[in-house]
Parts: sequence; C-alpha cells; structure tokens
Amino acid sequence: MILTADQVCSSRVVLVCGHYGTGKTEFAVNYALALAHAGHATMLADVDIVNPYFRSRERRKLMEEAGIRVISSSQACSDADVPALPAEILTILENRDIRGVMDVGGDPVGARVLARFQPKIIQEDYDLLFVLNANRPEVRAVESALLYLRSIETVTGLTCGGIVNNTHLCGETTPHEILKGAELAEAVSKEAGIPVVCHMAERRFTGEGSLSGLKLFPVDIYMKKPWEL
Amino acid sequence: MEKELWKGNEAIAEAAIRAGCDCFFGYPITPQSEVPEYLSLHMPQHGKTFVQAESEVAAINMVYGAAGSGMRAMTSSSSPGVSLKQEGITYLAGAELPAVIVNCMRGGPGLGTIQPAQGDYFQATRGGGNGDYRTVVLAPSNIQEAVDFVQEAFDIADQYRNPVVVLADGLIGQMMEPIEWHDVPKRKLPAKDWATTGRKGRDHHNIINSLYIDPNECDDFNAHLAKKYQLIKENEVRWDTKDTDDAELLITAYGTPARIVLTALEQLRAAGVKAGLFRPISLWPFPEKPLHDLAGQSHIKAILDVEMSIDGQMIDDVRLGVEGQKPISYLGHAGGVIPTVDEMVEAGKKALKEAE
Repeated sequence: MILTADQVCSSRVVLVCGHYGTGKTEFAVNYALALAHAGHATMLADVDIVNPYFRSRERRKLMEEAGIRVISSSQACSDADVPALPAEILTILENRDIRGVMDVGGDPVGARVLARFQPKIIQEDYDLLFVLNANRPEVRAVESALLYLRSIETVTGLTCGGIVNNTHLCGETTPHEILKGAELAEAVSKEAGIPVVCHMAERRFTGEGSLSGLKLFPVDIYMKKPWEL
Repeated sequence: MEKELWKGNEAIAEAAIRAGCDCFFGYPITPQSEVPEYLSLHMPQHGKTFVQAESEVAAINMVYGAAGSGMRAMTSSSSPGVSLKQEGITYLAGAELPAVIVNCMRGGPGLGTIQPAQGDYFQATRGGGNGDYRTVVLAPSNIQEAVDFVQEAFDIADQYRNPVVVLADGLIGQMMEPIEWHDVPKRKLPAKDWATTGRKGRDHHNIINSLYIDPNECDDFNAHLAKKYQLIKENEVRWDTKDTDDAELLITAYGTPARIVLTALEQLRAAGVKAGLFRPISLWPFPEKPLHDLAGQSHIKAILDVEMSIDGQMIDDVRLGVEGQKPISYLGHAGGVIPTVDEMVEAGKKALKEAE
C-alpha cells in the first residue's frame, strides 16, 4: 500500500525525531515535499543544532522551488557551529493555516530544543514521529530503541505519536532491509503502544512484491554525498 | 557478516575499542566530536579509560604518559586541535612512543570553517613539530577504510614504536555509510619491555625521555630514527589504483576527493576520455616509486592532482614521484568547499588538451 503525506500523518505540525543517523532529515524533506505537492501550504524548520553536515537547510533551493518555506538559523550561525535558533520558528506553531515540519537534531540531546517550544506545541494538533533504522547499531534492539524513544519524550515533554521505519543501507539498501526494519518497528510499536505510521521506501522499491503488505511512503534520496550529486 | 550503518566518527571510535585501545584522551571539536562522545560512553563499559582533557595540549601529553607506561593510547581532533598537539607528537616520536592520532580535517588556516578540507597534509607528512621525525600517515577514503586503518594503526605504532596519524576529513567523520566489522590483519608485535611499568627485578630503570645532553648521543639517536624510518618506507607504502591500465589522464587524489574522482572517471570514460585514478593511502611513506613507474608508462599523457586545498599540498609529493615525466595540473578548493564531479571532468579534459 502506497501512502500519501496525509495518510502518513494528518496532524498540522509534525516533529521528526530519532537516534542520529537514522534518516530523519531524508524523511522530513520528503514528507514536506509530499505535503507541498498535495497542495498544502508547507513550512519546514531545520532545528538541528547537533549535526554540522547533511542538514535539511542544504536542500533549501529544492524545497523553496516546491513552494515550501524553509526556516533555519542564519548562515553565520549554521556554519559557525552556534546552536542558535531563529525566532521565525514560532510561525510554524502560530500560523494554523499551514502544515509544519520540524527537522530535529538526533538523539535526546538534539530533541532538547523542542522543550523550549513545548508549551506552544501542546496547544497545537501535532505528532512527534520517531524515525527508526534497524541498521543503526545503537537502536537495532527493541530495548535500546525504546530507551531512545522514551528519552526523547522525557527531554521534550512531548508524547510520541508514531514510528517511521527508515531501515536502509544507503546505496546498498534492498527490500530485505526494509522488511528487517518493519519487524523491529512492529516490535517497538507493540512494546510502546505507538503505531507504525509508515515504512520509507525508495521509489525503485515501491513495486516490490515482498513489500506489498507494508504501508509504504515512497521517497527520493535528496541528502546525497558529493560523489552522488 | 551483515552490514551495519555507522557514522564515520562513531565507527572510528568503535574501531579503537576493538583494537584494544586502553586509554583515550581528547577534547571536543567539530567535525570530530562524536569520537570522544562515543568513547565517553563506551570506554568505561569496556573497563577502559576515557578522559576529556582540559585542552588538546593536555590530551596529547596524557597520551604520552599512557603510552610510556605501555598502554594503547589514542587521541583525536580536527585541524586547529591537531595543531595544538604538534609539540606532543614530536615528543612522542622523540621518546619512541606508540600512539594513534586521528585528524578529521576541516577548513583552515586558523579557525577556518567546520566543513571538510585537506590543508593539513604538510603538517601530517612533514611533521608539524620540531626535529627530524616522521609519523606514519594513513588516509582513508571511506568509513570502512577508516575503521580498518584505525585498528591497524595501533599495530603499526607498536611495531615501530612511533606515532601513527589517521588523516581523515570532516566528511568521512560526519557521513553515514554501511560497513562490516571484519578482522584486520594482526601483526606479530615486539614486547613492550621498554615501558615504565615498575622495575620488576631488572638491573635498570626504564626511562621515557627525549633529552640528550651529549650531542653525539643525540646524533646517534637521530641515526637510529632514520634507520627506523627507512624500514617503514620499505614496509608500509600503500596505494590503490582504478582504471589505470590504459589511462591517458591520470588523476591523483586521496580521501574524500578520491571518492568523488571515481564518479568523475565514469563520466570521463562515458565521454570517451580514458581516465584513471592513483590514490595514495599511506601519505607518509608516500608511494613515490609506484607513481613514478605509472607516470612513466607511455599511455599516460597528463596528470591532474585534486585536493581540498587551494594550491595543493600532496602535489609536491606527486611532483617528486613523477619527476617531470608528464605535465601535472591542479584542481582544488579550500575552506570547506568540495571539488565537484563536473569540475573534475572539466579539469581532466583541459589537462589532456594542454598536454597535446
């Protein structure tokens, strides 16, 4: 089953969290583009203050061309390694006519920025999504994945509303990897009582028979390495 | 073995643990901070020592102390931080102490930028500290190599009683890539009977020092070091090639740019340009002879050196290896700007045209 952005999550504000390196930014960029393509007025805020490279703001041009408003700290702050956030982020929480995506830094330490917005976030129709990649050694077991999930909830003061399976191996991904991740995501879901909202799959895999039983969110790879551009 | 997805810096850290690193001393700096971050959690879990030092200078001197007492010791940093460690590195070389130093290079000089660069080639291969010393320098081009080289670096350091530098760049530290944890070749290593672990019935104290009052003794010691470096030159030269058998254009590059060259080679070949890559892996000792021999082949018409450095640093070694046999041109950026595939293709075509 192929999901639209609204079928993945219909909340007005989506907060993308998870262990670092699980592919949060790839999900955030793809989800924002899918929202925009579906005709929603969309804003994406890059609030990653942890990662110095591979941030969604690097795809600003692509997203702006799709009509997405991209909010990130100024160039001076982003490349000077200063964990500063622009006041503009509040527009995502205050303008109820738009759909907002917040691309949050990895781990509880990256998610901590949300705590500052928590009183406003809880007044909105929001979902905190936990991106999971079974090939990341720190979250490949149910117990450790749960620990990351619950720690992120603790530091943000927010409740996680869904799990996104993004199990991949960069260019070496196979349907087997996605299925392996689906198994982990379902196990975490069962333990945590939080639904799996989708399984990310590069478009080349969406016709795969072995994946037909999964709720697939088709994605394109935007966060490329210099030799893949 | 199943592949796992690792971030370069955390993989480097895990590799150190698997290599039996006893002590890590470091100080955070972007883009390598995940190395100390990972080790701060995992070293204690393995009963090993992690210290966040008060500065890079302190960290490298803690490495000196730990290595002197026979421990496997490591530090890591990024360019400005590695500059601070240079005094410690020459003291390590002078006291013949094994240690591993990881540098995830960023833009410079000075504070520069936090984006990837390769401006520390001279510092790593020529010795940023004082005196006639050398460090073995291994340059990974992907995370798998970073993991393998860090593990081997500990053995190389122990074998020769000399510091070994793993010279990566910020991109290798920050990117995610699938790797597998396979066994790296283990070496037969000499006993550390020189370490300061107590007198233990010997007729003398072991002393770790690099001070020679008598100039003749210092001269003799330098001759001993020179002999050791000669041995390293004979045993530790490493390089890799791709599509060089019929190449008319030879591109030289290491680390991340070498990775980008691989894509450029495909595009050049598709455009009818026979292009190949010569990739030094050990930057010191530099693969001078293999490069010399390859450059002497009649099918090679032109050489293009590509680095993340404004005028090139490795290009000096490329020139020494090529010895004027073929024209050498250069493409590079500094300050965190990465040369693109398109730029490499254009510069390659131009180099060939100028050679004709």
